[in-house]
Amino acid sequence: MQTPAAVDYVRATSVANAIALLNEHGEDARLLAGGHSLLPMMKLRLARPDILIDINDLDELRGIRVEGDELVLGAMVTHAEVLSSPILAEHYAIFREAEKVIADPIVRNKGTVGGSMCQADPSEDLSAVGAALKGSVVIQNATGTRTVPLREFHEGPYETKVADGEILTEVRFPIRPRAGSAYEKVERRVGDWPVCSAGAYVVVSGGVVTDVGIGLTAVGAEHFCAPEAEAFLIGKAPSEENLAAAAQLAADSCSPNADQRGPADYKQHLAMELTLRALRRAAASSQGA
Amino acid sequence: MEITITINGEQVTRDVEPRTLLVHFIREDAGLRGTHWGCDTSNCGTCTIWVDEKPVKSCTMLAAQADGHSVTTVEGLEKGGVLDPIQQGFIECHGLQCGFCTAGMMLTGRALLDENPHPSDDEIREAISGQICRCTGYKNIVKAIQWAADNPATSEVTA
Amino acid sequence: MTAVDEAPLSAAGNPIGFGSMKRVEDQRFVRGQGNYVDDVNLPGMLHSAILRSPFAHARIVSIDTSAAEALPGVVAVITGKILEGIPRPSLLGDNFAWMPTLSYDTQAVLATDKVRFQGQEVAFVIAESRYIAKDALELIDVEYEPLEPVMDAKKALDADAPIIRDDKGQTDNRITDVHGNQTWESGNKEATEAAFVAAAADPNCVIVEEDILYPRVHPAPMETCGSVAYLDKVTGQLTLYTTSQAPHAHRTVYAMVAGLPEQKIRVISPDIGGGFGNKVGVYPGYVLSVIGTIVTGKPVKWMEDRSENLMSTSFARDYHMKAKIAATKDGKILAVDVYVLADHGAFNGVAQPTNFPAGFFNIFSGSYDYPNAHCLVEPVYTNKAPGGVAYACSFRITEAAYVIERLVDCLAQELEMDPADLRLKNLIKPEQFPYTSPTGWEYDSGQYEKTMRVAMDIAGYDELRREQAEKRAKGEYMGIGISFFTEGVGAGPRRTMDILGLGMADGIELRVHPTGKAVLRLSVQSQGQGHETTFAQIVSHELGIPPEDIDVVHGDTDQTPFGLGTYGSRSTPVSGAAASVVAKKVRDRARIVAAAALECSPDDLEWELGRWFVKGDKERGKTIQEIALLSHSSLELPEGVEGHLDATAVYNPPNLTYPYGCYICVVDVDPGTGQVKVRRFIAVDDCGVRINPMIVEGQVHGGLADGVGMALMELIAFDEDGNNLGGSFMDYLLPTAVECPDWELGETVTPSPHHPIGAKGVGESATVGSPAAVVNAVIDAISPFGVRHADMPLTPANVWRAIQGRNVRTDMAVE
Repeated sequence: MQTPAAVDYVRATSVANAIALLNEHGEDARLLAGGHSLLPMMKLRLARPDILIDINDLDELRGIRVEGDELVLGAMVTHAEVLSSPILAEHYAIFREAEKVIADPIVRNKGTVGGSMCQADPSEDLSAVGAALKGSVVIQNATGTRTVPLREFHEGPYETKVADGEILTEVRFPIRPRAGSAYEKVERRVGDWPVCSAGAYVVVSGGVVTDVGIGLTAVGAEHFCAPEAEAFLIGKAPSEENLAAAAQLAADSCSPNADQRGPADYKQHLAMELTLRALRRAAASSQGA
Repeated sequence: MEITITINGEQVTRDVEPRTLLVHFIREDAGLRGTHWGCDTSNCGTCTIWVDEKPVKSCTMLAAQADGHSVTTVEGLEKGGVLDPIQQGFIECHGLQCGFCTAGMMLTGRALLDENPHPSDDEIREAISGQICRCTGYKNIVKAIQWAADNPATSEVTA
Repeated sequence: MTAVDEAPLSAAGNPIGFGSMKRVEDQRFVRGQGNYVDDVNLPGMLHSAILRSPFAHARIVSIDTSAAEALPGVVAVITGKILEGIPRPSLLGDNFAWMPTLSYDTQAVLATDKVRFQGQEVAFVIAESRYIAKDALELIDVEYEPLEPVMDAKKALDADAPIIRDDKGQTDNRITDVHGNQTWESGNKEATEAAFVAAAADPNCVIVEEDILYPRVHPAPMETCGSVAYLDKVTGQLTLYTTSQAPHAHRTVYAMVAGLPEQKIRVISPDIGGGFGNKVGVYPGYVLSVIGTIVTGKPVKWMEDRSENLMSTSFARDYHMKAKIAATKDGKILAVDVYVLADHGAFNGVAQPTNFPAGFFNIFSGSYDYPNAHCLVEPVYTNKAPGGVAYACSFRITEAAYVIERLVDCLAQELEMDPADLRLKNLIKPEQFPYTSPTGWEYDSGQYEKTMRVAMDIAGYDELRREQAEKRAKGEYMGIGISFFTEGVGAGPRRTMDILGLGMADGIELRVHPTGKAVLRLSVQSQGQGHETTFAQIVSHELGIPPEDIDVVHGDTDQTPFGLGTYGSRSTPVSGAAASVVAKKVRDRARIVAAAALECSPDDLEWELGRWFVKGDKERGKTIQEIALLSHSSLELPEGVEGHLDATAVYNPPNLTYPYGCYICVVDVDPGTGQVKVRRFIAVDDCGVRINPMIVEGQVHGGLADGVGMALMELIAFDEDGNNLGGSFMDYLLPTAVECPDWELGETVTPSPHHPIGAKGVGESATVGSPAAVVNAVIDAISPFGVRHADMPLTPANVWRAIQGRNVRTDMAVE
């Protein structure tokens, strides 16, 4: 069995303590959340931190709640908690639909929202959800906190705005009354990373789209979103023709790479097909269908 | 570092390297070899155990992370010489062949029934979808878990 | 002899003989009390790890192990150079750096000159813990000079292809077998060619040709391969705990490889966590653990991790087939011809009977009656891992069944005939058995049409076709796929079948204790098949001793007689027959003892289950338990009879057995995404008499999942640079409970006429028969788009591309 290289281990007692530990150990330290991305990398010896700072005891990073007009998820909320959260389900179907197809039920027990966001895998489903819903993250360091929109959070594959000595503490999503949302994923097998996923929310009011968000993953969409497609839809009727045109715009803005999940032309096609399917269901849901 | 994990109700205290994987702590330090491993990437679920009553893949967790927590393994299913219905179900329904994935499958099945005493076949299939079995084609595993759902207290007393 | 005879029940409620009964083995497994190789911990045991090549083809310039050796806890670091320096007094070469394969080729134990596939063994670290051993791997500095690799089998024979086996002085990448042949041919070439010429000229005939790839896959049992070796330097005894499907054959191979006296070698295969052919070969890791204990004097454990398992131990298939079929326009098959480019990897390490270098592929003519068939197999070396015969393939009948069943569907499409009708028109008829196939196999028995009708009834075939037509009219795409396969299992007659010169007959021993309890000692090795249960049932059937009173001992060469092991579905056909024969020997001895006790002639006695009695006087008799005690008593026995009932036997099968079946798969395809959902799967198997129907059905279930896996997701592909693209369970996808439907099984029972209990073996039937059913269903679903064939695995991408008319090449990296 693969085994990690030698490493030190410490449990943080508070967010402030974790930040202090990060500052003390510098870039050789890594936060350990659910561990489902970091530990396999360590076993392959592709990651070899000197010290792991375990933040699993930090209750301040747990919990799903409504604050004003925002949904707030602590960074250590697990995928299983997102999947089963009645609060999230009440506001957005997309959470449940996406979480149902993220990894598998056992991994979801351990994997966390913050961990997935910070891993910033270019095929991360939650990144597409976050981009679709135009959420934001709260990042804390020794001097305080700042909020970064998720559509500005990623610096590139596996790179985010979270700097050395910083912790992502919360993910926040605006609540949008009457929004319908949906998530579509094609995977080679249950539990696999997506070949392509697309998620969307749509608010239809007075027969036209008044608000919309589109997120895509695994297909090289910049910041996991499709703003041209969104702009196209605003003020237009959610007709099949308009949704299809928007989906095509979304696909056109993607630049997928071929890999064993499929050739680039297929992924580009899926970006269109799945965006369209997500938009259809989201629009229908917003209209009470 | 010294850690203490309560495994199947018994405290196990050992001095381990921080990098020790939980599956190795269970197998080598605690000597409970009923927990197996099948991959390195948390894809196969062979190493599934419970940490604080929730199924977890023990190849992707450090023993240090379980310090102060409770772990349940296949050896903890039998109580007072009586098999858990999930164990009996696997026997009754031929839910195992080579026996390698069985511990993880039973622990997931038991955890599912504890939350949802009468799951549908589809719910069972979803619950075990993070675990690979190469022998059974899953049909009899689903039946075994349903058997346990239907026979919550019918276990044979073992010698 | 039929399967419907109900066996009486024992006091414990088990059938005294055949019938479903709970498995003996389960008691330990459900308690976590199994004993697998990684559970073996010996006092003072050391651990090990193998450094593997990152390149598919590279010259080794230098290896520096000094830093690894200096790491505290490291006991030894062994390289190929060191092995070259260890003299080996054996029949098979003069040093330890190379070892023989099961196909009379050589394979590097540790690379000396070059590495020839990604993942090849380069250095071996022995250390005090597995963590330290892995740490040490990072400290070994190997300088490689990368060479151009041969990754595309179709380019292996190009004039400018790099030479892989320069160690053997080769000037091309052809494989030469032990008989000196570089191609393997079967059937009647002239007659088959003539049939195609005639068909081409006949307006009432059609010829359909298709390129069909059976891609490289891997058996991937949940337990990886491993071993614990201990050489007691004082006694010279080598004990090897190992994941072996063939412990006796392995013992002989180790004697040959290591030059150790065979009587000093004890191979123990404890519980095996699945095999599927992955644990037939002798791998460098096993040999290195033996070398490790020789070098250190301590027990050495080697357990591969999952990537090592997928990248270095025996793969399966990799057959690139060009097939054609000729038929009359009303659907009578006339001839089939297949050319195969066979990718064997860097070393010819296939595990199969010597005289069958392409395995039993030449059974490809299938379940149909036609006169002309021919195949030509051309094997090549490539820079990939060795292997080829594995994954429940019945020595490549997987490839054979797949190509003919795909081809028949292509023909049906060409003729616009229902594929069921086309099959029914051509199936071999019951009265034709024993049937000699155009490539020379003698099928023992079958009622093919009956079996197919049972499957069609369970499926509701006509209703499914109606539903399909309705759905197509609505733009929905469901598909129905049929596969009808015939296997040949139970290798084999020792006259024609051997591995490394070891004839494929199996020994067996049966002891009956004075109290009538028995112990059966087997050479075959369960990897989950339930031998401890079913073999007891065979003895129970013959002697009437309750199965719970019969212990089955296996997996230890010191405790069991010689035999070739469990693969190719041979346990029941060969050792199962041996169990019946040895039990009958005991019964015959019991008759003599009973006659002595009853003061009559043995000829006056008649057998009923568990008891000899005097003909015409049923009350006067002795039970087998009474006889067992009498056989140990002071009862005076006839001259020449020494007492005790114990017996031994060796079973040399007269022929293979030929299980067969009809499978029907129903899928729904989403043409917008290419996703396939297997909605239903109907499997009707005829494996002759079923010893334990519950276990038979379980075996079929497992094989059906294999079929779904191979048809839809399992794949080991490579990129041009030589990287293995299926080297972990993130990339090598196996089906889960979600992709598998609720299997619907049926049966017919046509006993094998030459097997003592009429059984045929079933362990691999479903793996052999099911992939074609799934693929045929998917192609059927998307045939309205003009698709006639697409290669496995039918991932969403590949299905979508097929619909676009631009098939993906699946053996190389997706572009």
